[in-house]
Amino acid sequence: MTLVLSMAWTHVRHRARQTLVAVAGVMTGVGFSVMMAAMMEGSQDDFIKTLVDALPHISITDELREPTRQPADALYAAAEFHGLTPDVRRPGIKNPMATIASLRSWVPGALTPSVQSKAVLRFAGRNLTTSIIGIDPRTEAEVSNLATHMKQGTLNSLYRESNALLLGDRLANKIGARINSNITLASANGATMNATVVGLFHTGFRATDETTGFVLLKTAQILERQTGIINEIRIRTSDPMQARLISERIGEQTGYKSISWQEAQEDLLSAITLRNVLMYTIVGAILLVASFGTYNIISTITHEKTRDIAILKSLGFGNGTIRRIFIVEALLVGLVGSALGCVLGYLMTRGLASLEFKTPFSDYNHLPVLYSASHYLLASAVALASSFIAGYFPARGAARLHPVDIIRGAT
Amino acid sequence: MTVPLIEARQMTKVLPGIVPVTLVHDVDLIIQPREFVAITGPSGSGKSSLLYLLGLLDVPTSGDVLINGRSTTRMSEEERAYVRLAQLGFVFQFHFLLPEFSITENVALPMRALGRLSPRAIMARAEDLLASLGLGDHLRKNPDQLSGGQRQRVAVARALANDPPVILADEPTGSLDSVSTGQVFDILRALVEQRGKTVVAVTHDLDLARRMHRQIELLDGRLTKDERRVVDPAQQG
Ligand SMILES: Nc1ncnc2c1ncn2[C@@H]1O[C@H](COP(=O)(O)OP(=O)(O)OP(=O)(O)O)[C@@H](O)[C@H]1O
Ligand SMILES: [Mg+2]
Repeated sequence: MTLVLSMAWTHVRHRARQTLVAVAGVMTGVGFSVMMAAMMEGSQDDFIKTLVDALPHISITDELREPTRQPADALYAAAEFHGLTPDVRRPGIKNPMATIASLRSWVPGALTPSVQSKAVLRFAGRNLTTSIIGIDPRTEAEVSNLATHMKQGTLNSLYRESNALLLGDRLANKIGARINSNITLASANGATMNATVVGLFHTGFRATDETTGFVLLKTAQILERQTGIINEIRIRTSDPMQARLISERIGEQTGYKSISWQEAQEDLLSAITLRNVLMYTIVGAILLVASFGTYNIISTITHEKTRDIAILKSLGFGNGTIRRIFIVEALLVGLVGSALGCVLGYLMTRGLASLEFKTPFSDYNHLPVLYSASHYLLASAVALASSFIAGYFPARGAARLHPVDIIRGAT
Repeated sequence: MTVPLIEARQMTKVLPGIVPVTLVHDVDLIIQPREFVAITGPSGSGKSSLLYLLGLLDVPTSGDVLINGRSTTRMSEEERAYVRLAQLGFVFQFHFLLPEFSITENVALPMRALGRLSPRAIMARAEDLLASLGLGDHLRKNPDQLSGGQRQRVAVARALANDPPVILADEPTGSLDSVSTGQVFDILRALVEQRGKTVVAVTHDLDLARRMHRQIELLDGRLTKDERRVVDPAQQG
């Protein structure tokens, strides 16, 4: 082996420039692959974390799992009815307090009820349609991170005034409202009330910050003109990954529509999968292209060295030894390239992480990156494997040379 | 009678093609230990081809080549390579040294490939061989720092590296001046007379051929003459 290694080393050492180009190719390939993986997985992890953090892990709503059967359907075996007035169903989760109590007994995590309402918000002559959500400040903090996103006031400020309101900071800016501003809310049911701004929040999600206000459950119920109504129960599970399973059980137990965050974000999650497929394809292509350089140098060496190969074979070097010399050369290029590529990748990742960015969805100003040994190992392994393949074919050709043809030709 | 070192039996080599070329035709030849054989003949008569066949660099189209009584035509490529490594040494008209290695490393190569000696013993033997051929002052030099005659002596040293019983040489003095030719010839003769090797050398130089113990002549790939002579020591100078 040392003989093979020293022959290989001598060959690459005497072609320093070409070898460096090949090494640089592998290095760049590995470097960019590592950086891309760090960036893609970093943003993906960050994205999921934000998602899991911002959204309830499970949301139970008053929609039924199946559309209600109209009484006429139940009574008559007809294919279709015309001109029926559908039976009006009272919205909301029936017996919300009992349902919450029974869920609390087995669901691992925290629960909080809320009331979803839509209202037109009027202030200083401006009208804006907003989402008004009634919450229970005592349990809300256990389920969402609204409490941590308060810029002014706290969740408990809601108890300060009779119709207290927490506004998104962007929304408040838009209409020019401040703490203690008096705002008129008008719901679709015709209810109108005067509310006082007692706090401002900033979640970082533009859509939420621009269109949402939080009030007490009771206030929202008045706005909806339905006393005691609860139309959503949100749950934060201790293990977010269990949300889907727990959600299924809740659905079976209560008959209400129960959706885990994975289901709610199915499209996003499958987009992430697609993104990963894309990423690995591109990374693979980068590394493949990098191995062209290796192929180039090894086949150049085998062509330049046909005479030496003939000499070695005439001395009695076996085909396997000849083949190994050139494969080892390719692996040397791959190995050095990978090592340097890992360093390059790390530095580029560091550089990328220190850059400041503004994204339209949130205001994280550093690109999230993920440092993982597996990125480095995978990129190096693929680079080495493609170096091996890049070396194998020229090496096989070299080993097949017939020494007599070359010795004759050289004399 | 001892087993012949090399034996060719009805050995024929034909290059296939639209017009097949016969390089060597139906040659029977026995080479014994301690022989000093010249292969002569006009250019294109098949001398090199015969030497490649005897040295297992090429495979006959029909017939057989035996080394130490063992048939080689049915050996695998790797087995033939091993026989070359351990039993045969080659010297060509051009030195064929590896340009990137020092001459000591060049001589060490066959020993390292065979792997019978320790790295230190290999280097020591390579240096001894070079010194015995008058190259003791040049051990660290690369081939391109030496004269043609010196390089050819390095090639002889490399052929001797694994101490093979046979040295096959194809016009070893063909590109040398008369002084270097004399030196290399004396070395080859000493190998036979002092070290008991067998040397088979192709040569154009009939004067040299006459100073060897046996002369084989080829014409159009056929053996036309095979004569042994008792060399007059006075003629050897
Ligand atoms: N690959 C080949 N294709 C066609 N003809 C070939 C080939 N190799 C050798 N020959 C022919 O075979 C014959 C024998 O060649 P060989 O080299 O053995 O002769 P030689 O006696 O060594 O000649 P020289 O003294 O010039 O070295 C020559 O006529 C040569 O032209
Ligand atoms: Mg010839």
